[in-house]
Amino acid sequence: MSTIDEFPTPELAVARRGAPAWTRQKRLVSGLVLTLIIVALAIFGPLLAPHGENEVVGPPYSKTGVLGTDYLGQDVFSRVLYGGLDVLVIALLGTLLGVVLGTIIGVVAAYAGGWWDEVIMRLNDVLLAFPQILLALVVLTAVASPKAWMIIVLVGLSHAPRVARVARGVALGIVSRDFVYAAEALGERRSRVILREVLPNMSAPLLAETGLRLTYSIGLVGGLAFLGFSTNPDGANWGQMINENRLGLASQPWSVLGPVLMIGLFCIGTNLLADGIAQLAHRTED
Amino acid sequence: MSATTPQTDTGATPKQGSGITVEDLRVALPGRGGVDVVDDLDLVLHPGEVVGLVGESGSGKTTVGTALLGYTRAGAVIDHGKILYQDRDLLGLPWQEVRQLRGEEIAYVPQDPAAALNPAIRIGNQLVELLELRGIGTAESRLQGARDGLAEVGLPNNDEFLRRYAHQLSGGQVQRVALAMAFLPKPKALVLDEPTTGLDVTTQGMVLKTMGELCRSHGVAALYITHDLAVVANIADRVAVMYAGQVVELGEKETVFRHPSHPYTRALLDSIPHLSQARALSGIPGRTPAPGSRPGGCRFHDRCRHAVDRCAQTVPELVTVTPGHSARCLLVGEIGDWDISKGVVPDSDPKKARDPILAIEDLDVFYGRSKVVHGVTLDVAKAEVVALVGESGSGKTTISRCVGGLHKEWTGRIRFEGEDLPKGSRARTATDRKRIQYIFQNPYLSLNPRLTIEQIVKRPMELFGIASGKEATDRVVELLDQVALGPAVLGYQASRLSGGERQRVAIARALAAEPDLLVCDEITSALDVSVQGSIVSLLEDLRKSRGISMLFVTHNLALVRSIAARVQILNAGRVVEAGSVVEVMESPREDYTKRLLANSPRVD
Repeated sequence: MSTIDEFPTPELAVARRGAPAWTRQKRLVSGLVLTLIIVALAIFGPLLAPHGENEVVGPPYSKTGVLGTDYLGQDVFSRVLYGGLDVLVIALLGTLLGVVLGTIIGVVAAYAGGWWDEVIMRLNDVLLAFPQILLALVVLTAVASPKAWMIIVLVGLSHAPRVARVARGVALGIVSRDFVYAAEALGERRSRVILREVLPNMSAPLLAETGLRLTYSIGLVGGLAFLGFSTNPDGANWGQMINENRLGLASQPWSVLGPVLMIGLFCIGTNLLADGIAQLAHRTED
Repeated sequence: MSATTPQTDTGATPKQGSGITVEDLRVALPGRGGVDVVDDLDLVLHPGEVVGLVGESGSGKTTVGTALLGYTRAGAVIDHGKILYQDRDLLGLPWQEVRQLRGEEIAYVPQDPAAALNPAIRIGNQLVELLELRGIGTAESRLQGARDGLAEVGLPNNDEFLRRYAHQLSGGQVQRVALAMAFLPKPKALVLDEPTTGLDVTTQGMVLKTMGELCRSHGVAALYITHDLAVVANIADRVAVMYAGQVVELGEKETVFRHPSHPYTRALLDSIPHLSQARALSGIPGRTPAPGSRPGGCRFHDRCRHAVDRCAQTVPELVTVTPGHSARCLLVGEIGDWDISKGVVPDSDPKKARDPILAIEDLDVFYGRSKVVHGVTLDVAKAEVVALVGESGSGKTTISRCVGGLHKEWTGRIRFEGEDLPKGSRARTATDRKRIQYIFQNPYLSLNPRLTIEQIVKRPMELFGIASGKEATDRVVELLDQVALGPAVLGYQASRLSGGERQRVAIARALAAEPDLLVCDEITSALDVSVQGSIVSLLEDLRKSRGISMLFVTHNLALVRSIAARVQILNAGRVVEAGSVVEVMESPREDYTKRLLANSPRVD
């Protein structure tokens, strides 16, 4: 019971003064770099693109240009550069919505405890039982032309129960700590206990979860576009491009592999990032 | 359990083996510029002798313990030195041989026995496996060996017990199984790393007794590592006191406890409470320096009250005071003799008139359907400290949590200045919440790691409208000063503070609300003795100057004698004996109290 901490603080102080500890985390840094590169390409891509989004540059499935042409003879490389922003923005906003909603559900369940916890989490389990994409499809098939905000909300809603599970788990370990009891004994408002005492101590695992959810979001948004649910049927969109060009996979594989590669790299990047954050949080806890 | 010293009959004619000799050991951290964790350590362990290695957190005592097995924790290396075992240097042997020696010749009993036993293997199999791995005996003889081993440590050895898993045993039983495992291969030397920390006094008493008997009857040379001087006083033949990686004093137990020559040993002895008398406890200013930030010259000079200029320049050697007794101090012989009775203060007067502020009547507490506290009645008077004493599971913390409004499942009455207190803290008035403050056991959990010390201490003032803004900050500085912390810590987060400093912040937070009653739940049990000493003296000052009452929960009876006026002895949720501290401790009426007192390790 005595020796909780063999060599206490100075070590930490030293680490704090030097270069920030996270820069030494290879996984985190490489994930961050990869993610930033893809994001930069998606944002500034249209400026770099040699051709327009819908410009026909040659016959369909020909080898003209860096990555050849697609089923309509449009330049694949240009469309890859054009086609990321929509996917990324929708995925990011959807993720944020899902994480915020899920965190609220999870933390409230953990903090309330008892019956509330049971009821909230069992309802949550019901939602968890639906595959993520199914929920989105049910709604999207009912509307004629999906709006961006619809996809965002649907992605967010489908993430929320999954994030809630994680958030509740993390919060459970915090709400039973003495500093939360100390705030209770002082009679702090419940909302303040959650906002000031519980949430700040969950930031690292929640960040990691956000990174992971972002990966799923990209897949989800790409998947929906592949199935034909995108905001602009004519525009370039990674998911949609895979669908449009899949017939030419044998003759002009780059028309499909281009967007696949971008989605893949972005997923690896966000995944590494999430992993790195989790490792870093684990290490600072020790 | 008074420890007799069979030193005379074992020292000269070793029964088995020749013990272990450590010569000029230095353990360093190469990753951090080669700073030392342990330095200049010489130690001899004779067969059949228990050497107590005492030190506070960060003194390097565990590092010494594992170095005896030729092992260091990750990041540390044994820089130089010799560990001589049967005239062979353990550090020069190939690893296969060292591995053979570990466990077989030199055994280790860890601090947390539950972590050392495999939860998925039955107790019997774990013991048998030890012998099996070394190819000792036949299947029947191994099983018999396991049974004998369990019998030696006073555990049942029937088939039912052998089939149990570690989680089906109590803490004391697990620790005794660990002891049995250590003794099974008949080692010649034994390293025990705080094996009784976290055990109740009665269990601790049993484990210590078993251990002492086994070491002496088997002629084992044992190194007993602990932070608890009282435990050492009970079981050790010789004592080595460690500070900042060095042995500062070494000698026969009686000599070290009666005539301590190093100022650090004296300060430690000044900070520990006694069962037989009330003492004004004092702490040691400052904190134990970590490796790399240890001062030059004498490593203790910046905290030593005898220090003179040359202490900061000259590195002291271990010098002989009397034969067999040495101390690492430049001023040996110059700082006079030490008198234990200096710290004695009169016990609090049992006949003093009492004016109750808190009255608990017929309290029953439940966890779900099980009732854990049965009809407890007690009161606390103004400016009085009442101690709630009991072993784990006695309900002492549960009662304190009910008073603090943190546990709501109870019936009965809790009255504060005549008014009934509602159950949960949220149901109580702001005034009640302000006037009753709760301090938690573990300062590593009770401060939000994301807030600064200023935010933490300021919050109760803002919440109860005592002060705000600049005025509140001034008061925070004032309060921190009262608990002996400088204004520099204002912007720190709790992770930058040591355990003792964190507990002071927790006390400052409680004081910020200007309370009339402090509920202290084992607030010193996670701290080093010197820190405990200073916290206790701080509380005593507060009681006198502000007239604060305290409900003090503890398992340490000696501490009760020094801090409390009245005591309630709890067992299994019932008060078995209550009264003034002098009466209960001098002439206990109940068997349970007598047993607790008899098992508590004592220094005097």
